[in-house]
Amino acid sequence: MKTTFSFLAVVALVVGPLALRAENFAITGGTVYSMAGAPLKNGVILIRDGKIEAIGPAASITIPAGYRTLTATVVTPGLIDAHTTVGLSGILNQPNDQDQLERSASFQPELRALDAYNAKDPLVAWVRSFGVTTVNTGHSPGALSSGQTMIVKTYGRTADEDVINPAAMTAVALGRNGLTAAEVVPGAGTPSAKAPGTRAKAVAMLRAEFIKAQEYARKREAKDETKRPARDLKSETLLRAFSGEQPLLVNAHRQQDILSALRVAKEFGVKIILDGCADAPLVLNEIKASGFSVILHPTMARSSEDAENLSVETAAKLRAAGIPFALQSGYESYVPKIRVVLFEAAIAAANGLGFDAALASVTLEAAKLLGIAARTGSLAIGKDADLALYDGDPFEYTTHCIGAVVGGQIFADGPR
Amino acid sequence: MLSHPLRCLVLLSCSALFVCAQEKPLAITGAQIIPIAGEPIARGVLLVQRGKILAVGPAASVVIPAGAEVLDATGKVLMPGLVDSHSHIGSGSGGDGSSPIQPDARVLDSFDARDASLRKARAGGITTANVMPGSGHLISGQTLYLKLREARVIDDLLIKLPDGSPAGGLKMANGTNSIKSAPFPGTRAKSAALVREQYLKAQEYREKIKRAAGDAEKLPPRDLALEELVEVLDGQRIVQHHSHRADDLLTVLRISKEFGYKVVLHHVSEGWKVADEIAAAHVACSVIMIDSPGGKLEARELDWRTPAFLEKAGVLVGFHTDDPITDSRRFLRSAAFAVRAGMTRQGALEAMTIANAKILGLESRLGSLEPGKDADFILLSGDPLSVYSHVEQTWVEGRKVFDLSRAEDHLYAVGGPGAGSPQRAHLCCFTSAWDLIAAANGDN
Repeated sequence: MKTTFSFLAVVALVVGPLALRAENFAITGGTVYSMAGAPLKNGVILIRDGKIEAIGPAASITIPAGYRTLTATVVTPGLIDAHTTVGLSGILNQPNDQDQLERSASFQPELRALDAYNAKDPLVAWVRSFGVTTVNTGHSPGALSSGQTMIVKTYGRTADEDVINPAAMTAVALGRNGLTAAEVVPGAGTPSAKAPGTRAKAVAMLRAEFIKAQEYARKREAKDETKRPARDLKSETLLRAFSGEQPLLVNAHRQQDILSALRVAKEFGVKIILDGCADAPLVLNEIKASGFSVILHPTMARSSEDAENLSVETAAKLRAAGIPFALQSGYESYVPKIRVVLFEAAIAAANGLGFDAALASVTLEAAKLLGIAARTGSLAIGKDADLALYDGDPFEYTTHCIGAVVGGQIFADGPR
Repeated sequence: MLSHPLRCLVLLSCSALFVCAQEKPLAITGAQIIPIAGEPIARGVLLVQRGKILAVGPAASVVIPAGAEVLDATGKVLMPGLVDSHSHIGSGSGGDGSSPIQPDARVLDSFDARDASLRKARAGGITTANVMPGSGHLISGQTLYLKLREARVIDDLLIKLPDGSPAGGLKMANGTNSIKSAPFPGTRAKSAALVREQYLKAQEYREKIKRAAGDAEKLPPRDLALEELVEVLDGQRIVQHHSHRADDLLTVLRISKEFGYKVVLHHVSEGWKVADEIAAAHVACSVIMIDSPGGKLEARELDWRTPAFLEKAGVLVGFHTDDPITDSRRFLRSAAFAVRAGMTRQGALEAMTIANAKILGLESRLGSLEPGKDADFILLSGDPLSVYSHVEQTWVEGRKVFDLSRAEDHLYAVGGPGAGSPQRAHLCCFTSAWDLIAAANGDN
């Protein structure tokens, strides 16, 4: 989207060329939403070696000599998109850049986003241009298990350089999104079955895979090394959900699918995160009692099929019920090819969630849910210098994002 | 429970009261009025009666007749109902897979007036919509310009032309959507050749009709497809043309100039590259605002600055939802994003209203708040370009068709269980009432 002509709007920020090397600098903000305490009026953030060196009111912080200063009306932590397919579902939407769904079999948790992520896809830079600095990206719904997500910063270098958790969650889909994914792919051989074809079959298959993983774990412990089974990537992936180290991200929209997810999680004692959850308002008590978190569907997702009940007020209802949640941009098969989580949060903010909770759902709450709150999601000393700079209320349609800082690197893809 | 005949009677009297209310003038007072025609009015009055606007202006200049109903809208923003120049609400269809050119297919014959998408469009403040067939054909059929009145059947929504026929345009497309396996074209050049061939046939058909000079013996056999293209050639039907890439946009200009028909460019993803050429051709653009570029090769260089560039070049710019591509309930977002990317506020608000009315050829009756125009307007809780503002009421021809404070309307506005369902049949009873009125008038 970079074009040769210059942007018309007045730009408050003095920006350097795209993707400068990390440097030491200061940001002054008219309002700084640190997400670690009340918003700061006239706040200053010092950034050194990619980390936040200091943050506080302008009166309390001296900007060291040699630090250049960026100025923005509003500064927030870099936004976190808790679930997306960016980098796997490319901008062109042609077969050669669509890696979000493998259709040769219905259950393939061993597939890693890490091995497919294209950090150079223009849509990575696109979401960054609105302040998104961290994404949990991976395979799309469309198979009972489509693969593992990764958490990655939006530098746009390579998967290996930008990744901060190479195996964050294992994507599972119940309901229509998980049915009949297995198709005959030319050259890939014929899938052994067209299952799962029904909701009940999908859950039966999932339970069988868990039992298989448990058996595998037991046999791998065999004293006689020769009796141990060969390594099995599927089971190993599932076992990390038992330990809670790599939870299942279970896409479920209909209330019966949400309940199935909770039932299976309880049966096997695995950690799950609910994904999508259009029908969440119908089963708030059950979700709350489970203790699991929700990565809610994009606020503006189209209401159809399993998600025909979705509402722009669901985020507010989750909050009122005390259920931890984050927002996501999700997966789009056509246009828009990618949603921008900032806009999804904006609509939630305007429909009952309110500004503070909406901002938290794409910053600190998302970081907690993804297990990365120790390094990002809020502005505090020692944390990664991930920030988003705006010329007004970030959620307003007519506000511009004038820059994003990822790990201390300044990106001025916009202003946009 | 009331017995059926009695229920009809009760409803008839309600209906009669309602008609009476329509006869009485209605004054909406206290709101900030954005008339589009003229500067915003801080605390204005809009006076409507019998579906038309009687007066609009500052409180001091508008005399509210004695006996008028008054709706206090203090603190609200009032503007014309939004016009969507390209939508697919109502689950309509156009041509099928049998041919790339099907001007004879009509949305009219496929539209569901109770589809939930109409409710959602009203919730978004849309009062007029151009409902189109898809873009998978070079010519996919006849579009319909609809008023989103409360409706039971498609006829309730139509805008009638003086001859009684429904107003609409002709949907055309070029670029990759209409390129597929035979009998569809395989390349862009072939696409253009097929279209030119068809318009040459239409010219000949028109010539034959002219030469026959009314002599039934000499008239060519009726051809539904060519008849529609003759309407296009005669300027009675505007071509609403899907096109994304810069070279495709220029092809549309070239062919429309060759045959002299009126065309509007739709989507216009690469319009920023050829804004001057579009301006020189005096062709209007209906632009779509999408959350990200891509999704298809032709939209790879979609740029939010297109409306600003077109505006600067002097092009008439409108917006559209392409619902379900973008959500009718968020239509105002299109204008706001255009402003974000450099368009003027005035230009963006006009694009949602009067510019779109011009794009449909309906500017004499809607698109701005002026005496004599249709009483199509919306009440917003705040600035139309703010994410925090909500459409609270939508009025079509002096009747309220959406009210956010009504539970059912709220459901369609925000979503939730049931929001995907067709609208309830509570209007069934109007049938009896209208039938009785019609019978009383001897219309049967």
